[in-house]
Amino acid sequence: MAKISLEKVKHSYLAQPTAPEDYALKQIDAEWQDGGAYALLGPSGCGKTTLLNIISGLLVPSQGRVLFNDADVTQVPTTDRHIAQVFQFPVVYDTMTVFDNLAFPLRNRGIAEAKVQKRVQEIAGMLDLESSLRRRASGLTMDGKQKISLGRGLVRDDVNVIMFDEPLTVIDPHLKWRLRSKLKELHKRLGLTMIYVTHDQTEALTFADQVVVMYDGTVVQVGTPVELFEHPNHTFVGHFIGSPGMNILPCEVENGTVRCAGHAVQTASSGRPGSDAEKTEIGVRPEFVRFDDHGFPVEIIKVDDLGRYRIVEVRYEDQRVKMIVEEDLSIPSESARISFDPAATRIYADGWVVN
Amino acid sequence: MTKTTNHKAWYFVVPVVVLVAFNALIPLMTVVNYSVQETFGDNVFFWEGVKWFEDVLNSDRFHAAFLRQLAFTGMILAIEVPLGIGVALSMPRKGPWVSVCLVLMALPLLIPWNVVGAMWNIFALPDIGLLGRGINALGIDYNFTQQPVSAWMTTVLMDVWHWTSLVVLLAYAGLCSIPDAYYQAAKIDGASAWSVFWRIQLPKLKRVLTIAILLRFMDSFMIYTEPFVLTGGGPGNTTTFLSIDLVKIALGQFDLGPAAAMSLIYFFIVLLVCWIFYTLMMRNEEQ
Ligand SMILES: Nc1ncnc2c1ncn2[C@@H]1O[C@H](COP(=O)(O)OP(=O)(O)OP(=O)(O)O)[C@@H](O)[C@H]1O
Ligand SMILES: [Mg+2]
Repeated sequence: MAKISLEKVKHSYLAQPTAPEDYALKQIDAEWQDGGAYALLGPSGCGKTTLLNIISGLLVPSQGRVLFNDADVTQVPTTDRHIAQVFQFPVVYDTMTVFDNLAFPLRNRGIAEAKVQKRVQEIAGMLDLESSLRRRASGLTMDGKQKISLGRGLVRDDVNVIMFDEPLTVIDPHLKWRLRSKLKELHKRLGLTMIYVTHDQTEALTFADQVVVMYDGTVVQVGTPVELFEHPNHTFVGHFIGSPGMNILPCEVENGTVRCAGHAVQTASSGRPGSDAEKTEIGVRPEFVRFDDHGFPVEIIKVDDLGRYRIVEVRYEDQRVKMIVEEDLSIPSESARISFDPAATRIYADGWVVN
Repeated sequence: MTKTTNHKAWYFVVPVVVLVAFNALIPLMTVVNYSVQETFGDNVFFWEGVKWFEDVLNSDRFHAAFLRQLAFTGMILAIEVPLGIGVALSMPRKGPWVSVCLVLMALPLLIPWNVVGAMWNIFALPDIGLLGRGINALGIDYNFTQQPVSAWMTTVLMDVWHWTSLVVLLAYAGLCSIPDAYYQAAKIDGASAWSVFWRIQLPKLKRVLTIAILLRFMDSFMIYTEPFVLTGGGPGNTTTFLSIDLVKIALGQFDLGPAAAMSLIYFFIVLLVCWIFYTLMMRNEEQ
């Protein structure tokens, strides 16, 4: 058990990185509290796997330090870090039985056979693998194999952290849901630190207490699901989290007044972007856009009825805005006027929020 | 769904059938023809039935050659397979040295059999060959033209030199196809280097090794040119393997009947062993 910190970690897969684009991880400062359930969320290629491999020691970062409980472990080999990691695609030892597969991490560490038996039975019970314990692992389905991989991660009780790298990608949706609940339950029971990598926001939001959002080799925001929803730090977070994502609209700021297409917009940001900002935008979630006779004119282009609410897409100039409209509200037929809830509208300068 | 039948499609198979008939079946039938008859030339044949087969199967000479053959094949397999895996394991997986290693490995495979035999013959000669003189200089009495042990050692060494590369290349290809995730998982699980080899690498190599062993078995079981050039089957008959013996009977003594019978027996042994080996491996696979 340990608190894990990353200090100014940078990593490049190239031998001689020069430009910032050469880095898979640009600069990461992060802290993972002991016992936390974290989700690492980000698009494909943003460096999630790289980050996990640096924590587990499979990779040594090009720069920066990895600390476990404030002790520098940057150069410590994987085996001595006491870390469990489950990979995206199942890894099983083909020639061994399911039981031996699950027992493998324990036996390698010289744990007494009685305890091995007990732990393996326990984990097998949890993952519904009891009936196939005596079978050869190579004969199992994808699902079964991935359960073994999960099991090998969970079987050890000496670990500092268990890291799951998109472990449920290959598993069918129903089982996926069950396994995720199991992991969550296990987290509550054992109080282990868990880091769960995914690019599926539902998965991240249901699993984690804290969500770490990564984008292009950097951590853009760390927070609870509610924080990420209500106060996105970066347009990427706003866009990535929520369904549909946040509306990001270009705006001009003149003498402290924010204007979108010539219309003044009230925002929650009290500060104003510096004059060097190349791009200024406002961000407002579809939940906080409404029809308002005093707002600015738009043209309605699409209505999606999702049952309890409708998603309406409107347009002004060449910008599209999505809004969520309650079931019982009537929608004007072609043109309408809309406004944004000032408390939920923020200014973003070059992608980053202005508070 | 109904299948459409079009018998004209058979015409496409005809060229292959003709080709196989002329390069395999018809020559083989001549052998069958000789194996059941006696001839004194002039195209006069006498029916002999299975006599030649009985003769060959009961002859001490055939037994001895067969045992020599088994010993030789067993030895080279026992050396080349582990050695090949070992070399493949120690080859770099990436970087500029990869191509250098691959070319070095492929070189022996490109040399024709008789050249290999001639090279080793000269290389191992006790008076002028580097190897022969070197060994003698170490105080070991070595002369492959006169001592059976030396002759065997040289023949085996020559085969190992010539063919281990094949196992290396196949094993190397197999090793390269193992996804990184396996090695990473093994590190996480705290597996020792030996466990990684035994639990990951070797099982993943099973298919390519099956092929390597099959190829090396067939090739070495039918080996002719290299020992023929190196030792000519001697000293005495000590390195007379099956095919050398066959040629001695067929062309040296001109006993076409027994030679034909022996060819067929020889052919069936190779076929049988390959079949057994393949079936065993495949059954293992299904488990
Ligand atoms: N072994 C490697 N060699 C070179 N570049 C790599 C290697 N592994 C990853 N990269 C690059 O580093 C960047 C980050 O990759 P990484 O695998 O960490 O992304 P990820 O967030 O895990 O993506 P995904 O969701 O697709 O798994 C990518 O641009 C990728 O191309
Ligand atoms: Mg990844």
